[in-house]
Amino acid sequence: MSKSYDKQVDVISNINVTIEPGEFFVLVGPSGCGKSTMLRMIAGLETITSGTLKIGDQVANHLSPNKRDLSMVFQNYALYPHLTVQQNITFGLDVKKVKKAAQRERAAEVAKMLGLTDYLKRKPRELSGGQRQRVALARAIVSESPICLMDEPLSNLDAKLRAHMRTEIRRIQRKLGITMIYVTHDQVEAMTMGDRIMILHEGKIQQVGKPIDIYNNPANPFVATFIGSPPMNLAYSDVDKKASAIVIGDILRLPVPPEEVISIPEYQLIAGIRPEHLRPALKDTPEKDKLYVVVTNVEVLGNETVFSFKLGTNEWMAKWSGQWHIDIGDSIPILIDYGAFCLFEARTGDLIKKPTDLGNSVFGKEVLV
Amino acid sequence: MTTSLPKKIWIYFLLIVTSFLVFFPVMYAFLISFMTGPELLQGKFLPQSFSLDNYIKVFDRLPLLNYLLNSFIVSVSVMLGQLAVCSLAAYAFVFIQFKGRDFIFFLFISTMMIPWEATMIPNKFTIQKLDWLNTYQGLTLPFFALAFGTFLLRQHFKTIPKELHEASQIAGLSKFAFFRRVILPVSKTSLVTLGAYGFLTTWNMYLWPLLITTNKSVRTVQIGLKQLQSLETGTEWGVVMAGVIVVIIPTLLLLFLGQKQLQKGLTQGALK
Repeated sequence: MSKSYDKQVDVISNINVTIEPGEFFVLVGPSGCGKSTMLRMIAGLETITSGTLKIGDQVANHLSPNKRDLSMVFQNYALYPHLTVQQNITFGLDVKKVKKAAQRERAAEVAKMLGLTDYLKRKPRELSGGQRQRVALARAIVSESPICLMDEPLSNLDAKLRAHMRTEIRRIQRKLGITMIYVTHDQVEAMTMGDRIMILHEGKIQQVGKPIDIYNNPANPFVATFIGSPPMNLAYSDVDKKASAIVIGDILRLPVPPEEVISIPEYQLIAGIRPEHLRPALKDTPEKDKLYVVVTNVEVLGNETVFSFKLGTNEWMAKWSGQWHIDIGDSIPILIDYGAFCLFEARTGDLIKKPTDLGNSVFGKEVLV
Repeated sequence: MTTSLPKKIWIYFLLIVTSFLVFFPVMYAFLISFMTGPELLQGKFLPQSFSLDNYIKVFDRLPLLNYLLNSFIVSVSVMLGQLAVCSLAAYAFVFIQFKGRDFIFFLFISTMMIPWEATMIPNKFTIQKLDWLNTYQGLTLPFFALAFGTFLLRQHFKTIPKELHEASQIAGLSKFAFFRRVILPVSKTSLVTLGAYGFLTTWNMYLWPLLITTNKSVRTVQIGLKQLQSLETGTEWGVVMAGVIVVIIPTLLLLFLGQKQLQKGLTQGALK
């Protein structure tokens, strides 16, 4: 599949992407970025102003929604309130004039898969949010369409149920091999569910790729702050070629290896570093590598501690694993590596340098053996 | 909610008094329908005996059953016609995008401000020109398009999430199938409300049947009642009231049976 659109008012522009069959593709972005519009264009609920949308080999720009052979799950589930769960699930089949016996069989099968067997006779209003969500999911699955579109299906659920449904949806998608196009504003959902994710901002693609690649090598400052929680710390910085160093936020001076400094352009940059790459400086750390910062806020989350501090005019955050007894106002030494930084060109936002040293947070399976 | 005993007594007292006030005319009519002429003139409140003489007389004097049947046919067809026309119009106003939709809707609604009596004469001439005097269609057709009904249903249709429409589009439902299989069942309460309203107003209609009917072939009961009054010099009120009671029965029945649905439909907007 490939598609590129152009809407006149440019709600969405210049989208060009191919979604592979059987892929879990996540569209993520802040509200108003055009992700739902894009999904609705794929579904055929919004017109495509220009460009082509192909489903399989077929140009689908002007196909009516039911001819596109896809199913959709809506944010508010859009269950038919006057029908029972069973009828809701088989509604689409009924429209397609599938035989009653086959309808029942397929509904029973899907209901079993989603644990809805006991609720088939109920009306949607007698169900809890999670159950309704499952009915909506069942309705999408039962159609056996190769493509399933989901528009923020989990945003009405509480946190615990959401985590559960995340894995559930992922499991079903793998099992049935459906091509899933999933819209969310929640970067955690995007990271955990997607085979590939596309980050949209103001109707433009920011980055497309595997979640981990995007996390490690964000294409621009927007992606860097959007993906990851707490967001990546950013600061304006300048390169000092003579001293072979980089000045971050007018305060922090870091030495740069001479062979690397050549490749760094001399205009203004934005430097970014993930909170978990700001490491605690230990007793045996040489004093010159230590950076003393004054803590402005602390959050102890049980397994990790997040604290913020001021670096120049920017508020930065650091995330350390474990429980650290730090108080607001403490001055604590931290260790910052040049290698963990990524650098963006300030004007265009282009990535210039990827972080090379991801510290001790990337592991392979061989570590375990 | 628990209320103290004096308060309860007070509330029930008020309820009894007001319900008595409201129900008094009907009750009095009911009692008169058993009285003889002299009894009535003495200003008695309770009849001496509950004889059905007046009822026999009223069926004697008028083709009341025939009139009742006419009224029933007219009311039911107006009700069905209104439901069909109003729901289709409301569907178009809510689910179909077209240029000037809101303007047309407000134009449509503004006809509510023109009193019906003002359009009666032109309507009467139209019906006359169509040669529809003394026909059922002459009695019913002018009432099919009802601005109020369209408004009522539109308000309800607007509460239906548009995702339902989209979901049915994806399922491959045609526009009319969506209307029939989703919209109508979902808006049952409003439809019942409108149906009851249409039935009752048509049942109680007086002026229009009076204009359109010149003989008893399709005449409705309300005209029949009036006929009872003017038949003789001294109106036999006992007989008239017997007729009235017979005429109210269907409306009361409808009210009792449909009360729950009616309440639900009328308060639906308020509850949200």
